[in-house]
Amino acid sequence: MSDITHLLPCPEPVQLIAADGTAVETSEQARERGYAMPEAEDLLAVWRAMVIGRRFDAQATALTKQGRLAVYPSSRGQDACQVAPVLALGEQDWLFPTYRDSMALVTHGIDPVEVLTLLRGDWHCGYDPQATRTAPQCTPLATQAVHAAGAAHGLARRGTDALALCLIGDGATSEGDFHEGLNFAAVFEAPTVFLVQNNKYAISVPLAKQTKAPALAYKGVGYGVRSEQVDGNDPAAVLAVMRAAYAHARAGHGPVLVEAHTYRMEAHTNADDATRYRTKDEVDGWTGQDPIVRLQAYLVEQGHLDDARIEEVRAEAEELAADLRTRMNAEPTVEPLELFDHVYAEPTPQLREQREMVRTELAGTATAAHGSTQTEDAR
Amino acid sequence: MSPTTYAKALNAALRDALTEDPDVLVMGEDVGALGGVFRITDGLTRDFGEDRCVDTPLAEAGIAGFAVGLAMQGFRPVVEMQFDAFGYPAFEQVTSHIAKMRNRTRGALPMPLVIRIPYAGGIGGVEHHCDSSEGYYVHTPGLHVVTPATPADAYSLLRESIASDDPVVFMEPKSQYYTKADLELPTSTEPIGQAAVRREGSDVTLVTYGPQLATALKAAEVAAAEEDWDVEVIDLRTLVPFDDATVEASVRRTGRAVVLAEAQGFAGMGAEIAARVQERCFHSLAAPVLRVSGLDIPYPPPKLEHTHLPGVDRILDTIARLQWDDEPDHTHTPAEVSA
Repeated sequence: MSDITHLLPCPEPVQLIAADGTAVETSEQARERGYAMPEAEDLLAVWRAMVIGRRFDAQATALTKQGRLAVYPSSRGQDACQVAPVLALGEQDWLFPTYRDSMALVTHGIDPVEVLTLLRGDWHCGYDPQATRTAPQCTPLATQAVHAAGAAHGLARRGTDALALCLIGDGATSEGDFHEGLNFAAVFEAPTVFLVQNNKYAISVPLAKQTKAPALAYKGVGYGVRSEQVDGNDPAAVLAVMRAAYAHARAGHGPVLVEAHTYRMEAHTNADDATRYRTKDEVDGWTGQDPIVRLQAYLVEQGHLDDARIEEVRAEAEELAADLRTRMNAEPTVEPLELFDHVYAEPTPQLREQREMVRTELAGTATAAHGSTQTEDAR
Repeated sequence: MSPTTYAKALNAALRDALTEDPDVLVMGEDVGALGGVFRITDGLTRDFGEDRCVDTPLAEAGIAGFAVGLAMQGFRPVVEMQFDAFGYPAFEQVTSHIAKMRNRTRGALPMPLVIRIPYAGGIGGVEHHCDSSEGYYVHTPGLHVVTPATPADAYSLLRESIASDDPVVFMEPKSQYYTKADLELPTSTEPIGQAAVRREGSDVTLVTYGPQLATALKAAEVAAAEEDWDVEVIDLRTLVPFDDATVEASVRRTGRAVVLAEAQGFAGMGAEIAARVQERCFHSLAAPVLRVSGLDIPYPPPKLEHTHLPGVDRILDTIARLQWDDEPDHTHTPAEVSA
């Protein structure tokens, strides 16, 4: 079959609401794929989650400045990509996030303190992946793409119609695991949806030095994966496109790759100086594309949102931030002996020895001469 | 009792595991119709279907990472890496994810999967087909590393590895695939983590594993016949967890130890064993712990591999260096030594 039109993304990123908050006439191809303006109720839910998510993001950034977090990679500006795809997930679906997707995890209902546990340095994952159906936040780029494909295949084998959502950045599309993930998902027709949040920079390296592809969405076509591109700062379009992608995957038609064109408004992390690699004009240009401002303008204009509701959600977000501050300002309890508890189902004899050494050290009874349990004489 | 090869024992273990547990999946490149390049998965797709013995795309990181996702959903994948050096593209998945997932998630996401790797040399393979890669895996906390040297262990340890809730790197010495034994299957040998004394002896302990067990036993026979040295041969069977107790008890009795590993010696498994023996048995030793290993070179071309691989002569020469008839020399004072 040489016809690849069913795989090709729309020539322009799908948009339903323009930057000024007015509704946009969609292209014929977008209409054919079912990308229609979502119901007001759904858009209100997305708007609320973005307001709360952004407040969380700002609070986490502040906690970093206070030394409460080792590092925090902000996703401000990517709010629509963080929120809408997660809200559209079903209860049985799995989420495979990266280190930048903290806002997505909060939207997914994970306790914000647990979301920040990794960055706080308390314990690696922080939440229960089985209970939350969320894999640990992945730091080596794109490795979670193959996990998502495998998990999606597993979910399908179990006879469910659940799917796996894999969040990826633009830099990660250069990694081999991204390609292997797409290929495995396609070959096994695994219900996986890959969302590339193209925020234009991999730390400091711009997209132009990352790829020669006209759009990252085209990378799916070579694997036989249906592909799409969307305005990532248009929450309505992101919601519509992701819902269609989920329906495609759930129906057993295989994976979908969605590229969302967006922008990271902050630096890569607090350790990064973004002024070295991008201009103020560029950042200012994206300020006018703000997803929250855009959706709020649309909802107010349409009469679905008023000042009272805006104030109510703002207060809710402040409450979450205050609660997060309070709980994060308490020193986390860490238990050194737990270091040995989860390396294996049962610790090896060697780990038992080391655990005993640390236990003795903690008890304050170790001396230089008796610190090791590994000498012949000590036995 | 009927003769069974090491390769057939592995096939039987996979077959029995697939039969007993519907969550067990065999996966890899060429494991289907071909039955694997060494035929370890022979007939499994025919008998269990391509959903249970699965031919995957040719991408080792993808195979390992896909297995991670399946393990998250409660499956027990047994993946084949085809050849030792072909496993390196999967190294990140193995070390960053498979080994650490349980620990990252406080036990919520165990990784009950097996990575089968045909490894080591002696088969005249061309480049990239004969690496001794065990050192990379034993250095990674969170993995069990198992390497059977006999057909009975091949069956029993593979069954146990598949049943384990922890990830197991299961290293199959290619040179042993056609080793035969009279064996009734199923069989159950010592568990993971326990070494076996394959030959009892009183003069020196020869510690080895996997591809070199056969050579060690041969060397012990020659030593007994020609030098009157009574060599005890220990087969580790499992590199992680390491069986200090069996090794220690033997060395304390014999007072001399030689570590034999086919891998290149520098910073390898043999160095770890020698260090552990020295730390634990120093006062029982009549001689330094010596190592016999492969050379510190990239695996050589087939016509030169006999120079690289430890053979009986190199093992006997090393045993001879253990100051055979001498008691330990304590006559040097610290001053003399520093002078």
